[in-house]
Amino acid sequence: MLKLTGTTNITLNINGEKRPVTVRPSETLLGILRGKLGLTGAKPGCLNGDCGACTVMIDGKPMKSCLMLGVEAPGKKIQTVEGLNGTPIQRSFIEHFAFQCGYCTPGFIMNCQSLIDTNPNAPDEIIEEWLKSNICRCTGYEEIEKAIKSVLRDK
Amino acid sequence: MTNIGKSVIRKEAEDKVTGRAKYTADYSSVGMLFGKTVISKHGHARINNIDVSEAEKVPGVRAIVAGERFPLTGEEIRDRPPIAVDKIRYHGEVTAIVVADSPSIAKKAATLIHVDYVPLPVVNSPREAVKKSAPLVHENVALYEKDEGVNPIPESNIANHTKIRKGNIKKGWDQSEVTVENNFSFPPSDHIAMETRSAIAEIKPNGDIHIKTSSQAPFMVKELLSAYFNIEVGKIIVDTPLVGGGYGGKASVQLEILAYLASKAVGGRVVKMMNEREEDLISSPCHMGLDATVKIGCTKEGILKAAELTYLVDSGAYSDKAIHLSRACAVDCTGPYRIDHIWCDSYAVYTNHPYPAPYRGFSHAEVHFVFERAMDILARKLRMDPLELRRKNAILPGDTSPTQVVLNRSTVGDVPQCIEKVKELSRWNEGQIIEVDKRYVRAKGIACVWKNSTIPPESSSGVVITFNEDGTLNLISGVVEIGTGTKTVLAQMVAEYFRMDTNDVYVRMNVDTQATPEHWKTVASRGTLMAGRAALAAAEDAINQIKDIASRVLKVRPDDLEVGNRRIFLREEPNRGLDFKEVVYGYTYPEGNAIGGQIIGRGNYILRNVTHLDPETGKGNPGPEWAVGAQVVEVEFDRRDYTYRILKAISVLDIGKVLNYKGALGQVTGAMCMGLGFGGRESFIFDQQGRVLNPQLRTYRPVQFGEQPEYIVEFVETPHIDAPFGARGAGEQGLLGMPAALGNSLSVAAGVELFHLPLIPESIWAEKEGRE
Amino acid sequence: MIPFDFEYYRPESISEAVQLFIELDQAGKNPVYFSGGTEIITLGRINVLYTNAVIDIKGIPECQVMDYHEGNLYLGSCCTLVDIEEKNLFPLLTATSKEVADHTARTKITLGGNICANLFYREAVLPFLLADSQVIIAGPNGYRTEYINQVFNQTLQLERGEFLVQLITEPDKIEAPSINIKRRRQWTTGYPLVTVAGLKLGEEIRVAISGLCPYPFRSQKMEYYINSQDFSQRDRIEKALGDVDGNVLNDTEGSDKYRLFILRNTMLDIVSTLEGERA
Repeated sequence: MLKLTGTTNITLNINGEKRPVTVRPSETLLGILRGKLGLTGAKPGCLNGDCGACTVMIDGKPMKSCLMLGVEAPGKKIQTVEGLNGTPIQRSFIEHFAFQCGYCTPGFIMNCQSLIDTNPNAPDEIIEEWLKSNICRCTGYEEIEKAIKSVLRDK
Repeated sequence: MTNIGKSVIRKEAEDKVTGRAKYTADYSSVGMLFGKTVISKHGHARINNIDVSEAEKVPGVRAIVAGERFPLTGEEIRDRPPIAVDKIRYHGEVTAIVVADSPSIAKKAATLIHVDYVPLPVVNSPREAVKKSAPLVHENVALYEKDEGVNPIPESNIANHTKIRKGNIKKGWDQSEVTVENNFSFPPSDHIAMETRSAIAEIKPNGDIHIKTSSQAPFMVKELLSAYFNIEVGKIIVDTPLVGGGYGGKASVQLEILAYLASKAVGGRVVKMMNEREEDLISSPCHMGLDATVKIGCTKEGILKAAELTYLVDSGAYSDKAIHLSRACAVDCTGPYRIDHIWCDSYAVYTNHPYPAPYRGFSHAEVHFVFERAMDILARKLRMDPLELRRKNAILPGDTSPTQVVLNRSTVGDVPQCIEKVKELSRWNEGQIIEVDKRYVRAKGIACVWKNSTIPPESSSGVVITFNEDGTLNLISGVVEIGTGTKTVLAQMVAEYFRMDTNDVYVRMNVDTQATPEHWKTVASRGTLMAGRAALAAAEDAINQIKDIASRVLKVRPDDLEVGNRRIFLREEPNRGLDFKEVVYGYTYPEGNAIGGQIIGRGNYILRNVTHLDPETGKGNPGPEWAVGAQVVEVEFDRRDYTYRILKAISVLDIGKVLNYKGALGQVTGAMCMGLGFGGRESFIFDQQGRVLNPQLRTYRPVQFGEQPEYIVEFVETPHIDAPFGARGAGEQGLLGMPAALGNSLSVAAGVELFHLPLIPESIWAEKEGRE
Repeated sequence: MIPFDFEYYRPESISEAVQLFIELDQAGKNPVYFSGGTEIITLGRINVLYTNAVIDIKGIPECQVMDYHEGNLYLGSCCTLVDIEEKNLFPLLTATSKEVADHTARTKITLGGNICANLFYREAVLPFLLADSQVIIAGPNGYRTEYINQVFNQTLQLERGEFLVQLITEPDKIEAPSINIKRRRQWTTGYPLVTVAGLKLGEEIRVAISGLCPYPFRSQKMEYYINSQDFSQRDRIEKALGDVDGNVLNDTEGSDKYRLFILRNTMLDIVSTLEGERA
């Protein structure tokens, strides 16, 4: 049985790197990524699971890192936007003008990447179901829809 | 043209898709402290006592700021204590700040601060506020320090009154054969920038104050902090990195003041403050509410003759930008129509609500909702097609605005062409309402829009251009990159002027008030005009310097020279010339003599002919130009359930000149989406005590993926002569007519006039059935 | 950001978890079981919930079960809603689940977490109420297996230290025609004004409702009226609505009157869809 009664050392597997970090059990993964590991790509937008700006991937699935304790994460494969580079979805977001201020973008991209990985033939309803998890306040979502569809449909 | 109009990808795009783009709260340093606010739980209450004793005991707490009387703040009336003393006037008002070693310690201690409140009677709407019997939000409004021309009415909740008196209103009513008069209203709501506000402050031992902030107005932060706290203005240095959305909300100066006070409380150490979403919604400034009475009249033929308007702007507990917002309501108090007789009273009214910041469109979407709804009601009374009524009255060059500016093609664009195009695109002729089956109908609603920017006459913008050794150039402007892509557009403009590739123009993204020339504020769709003109002036200045040097080397007249592809050459013999790299850091002759030096281009711009408004009539020139447009919303409405889907939203906007096609399109569709959210779902919901019941994104819901309509956008290009390449503002117009067009489509669909936002199914149901 | 500290335990067996609870409780640590934990994290952040110790039960194998056993479907309380949707072993549950929160949040929210939530919608319980499912509950006094309709009264009636381990559902209920309709204040995101789940077993229609009152429920009286064949569909629904108790919500999502208006039409859709299948 795992017992963590105070500040503890844990090791997180992030973007293929083992990252030891000292945490308190009540700290969220988002807080640890940003405050202790310098991975500020995941953004705080609501700390309440409502906006999706902090989305990362846990074992391939999209996860709002504000809804997960750091101590739940050891043993799992964590991917953050910093671990993606030059992927089709990133290029597609650029080409389709799928962001303006860019604050929601890492969260959207991680959610999209997970969708592409796990559901490459996702029909429109599934795309909508997944992408409803993130809020973008700048675009009217049209460009984001085009960006994800162009990657999924190109496959 | 090779750069203008092209969908050039924004300069910071790669950073934004890789998580490398940095926003204010992404910066941290070892030893940094963290500030956390305590906010009021009441709408209006006297503060009996603030007990910080438990909070002080929490290990890691370095300071608690509470109960101290700081100078009053506020843009036009100094009515707001940065931290509440004596009483709180809205739910969310800051009552204390805790500074501690970590965010969680600060938050923990903040929860241990006990404020003893005695609730006071609440002013819960502007309509209640102007009643004689209303409790006073500010007991001594007349005693506050204020700007010239601002006139709060003593012993009342009225913070300011703007008058528009155009023509002779009595004559207007005499000429009117058909009139309508209605009351409209909507509560305050919010911007919901995805990045909540954040500010980091440090006071150096020499007194220099460094502020890093997610602001649309870093130069105002400097100016206002200096004015409020009597600090030498040069000692304040404000740094703004990328900003995660603003929409006007980050043009107000609020959290920066708190960060400064927090740093001061710990001897100047670095203190970071970041709003949680709940605070960003209710504690920091919001989007204004409005209560409006609109009376308009026309002849039997539908020619508008008179408009009498009373606007009560819900200014919340503090006037800050609300006075300016209420003034803007008056300036463009009607839709874009020729109306000879206008009487408008626009009041900024104190209530016990969160107080407003500017919101995309600066009062125009708000006024358009009420005015354009009234236009449809008038059309119905006339039995006239509402599009036809608008076409007949569309404002034209030669007509005058409500503030009596005589318009020309450059200043007002082409409203009739926008109406004509939107008519076509929306297939208006197929009918405003079409029955799908017994249960569903499809219905369209139209709204026309216009917007000028009522910005202060002295607002200016500056740009510096420097060069790199390879002849590429650097563009330094005080425009904040809030998502609009303006800095990329500036690079396109400068590249166009230099006839070079946009990739060879490097742009400094961060704004540092000590190193960046001032751009008044990144608001009001004024980046392309003001910073654009400054950038072109800087380009011209640089080119003149290059020509001067090159003319000596080449032994020709400067005006025989031209630039292109990072070269300067003889117009007649393009092969004879010099590469920029040979000139921009001085030209060196073969024998070693050098002339010139590094080239620094400088340019500025200040709006011309903008005047103050006459206090009695409102006469005056409020701003540089009106961007105009016509918009249609089409809904599918369920007559059984009163629910609806927005099928299409169509905008035809006269933006003068498209500078970056996909960029402009994104600005317009994004604004449309925001406008539909404002019209269709978003508002604060208050209880009887003035408390906001929905201060989270799960209860205050912006439009989400899948809820958006199909967007159809087309541009009309009537040049604004003063503007670079003729471009008009494009960042706000898409929003302006959306609530109105939505309201007009739903009123037709449901067969009942709708007067209030947001247009949720329940309110349509209530209008229709709930009264029975 | 949670403004307080707690201890974190991840037991690997039911008995470990229960023992731990007893000890932590005796030590005055006000322990809570933690499954998806989304509510503990979000309510903890705004000081609505406080604890000194969380017991994460995701490591207990029984809580992760998602399978048929002797003909019945066993679903562990720590299965995430997305896992349940993806396996789709219980179509009505899938339909109900897909309307809860959003997809990403449902990769964390668990079945047991939703059913035992503080937030009163608890929509995931609706299919089980309709299916007369059984629940296995573990606690200081060992296990008990109960019919959910016996132990779910607004909330799952758990004794101190107990937690939900599994839900057991019979195959005929899983295969029966069913429907779930969620109606919101506006468009397609947000909490329900009402969520109605319907199941048709033979000729009998069952309905369970969330969002109408500050708790989810299934009402036998409402079902009695809905199934009394002597009247028209509309009349039956009117009678059923007449039996809604006085506790209809009047909040930021909608007024009580409007909720009842929406419920009427939703019930009509549910009943006509389910009865349509008979025709």
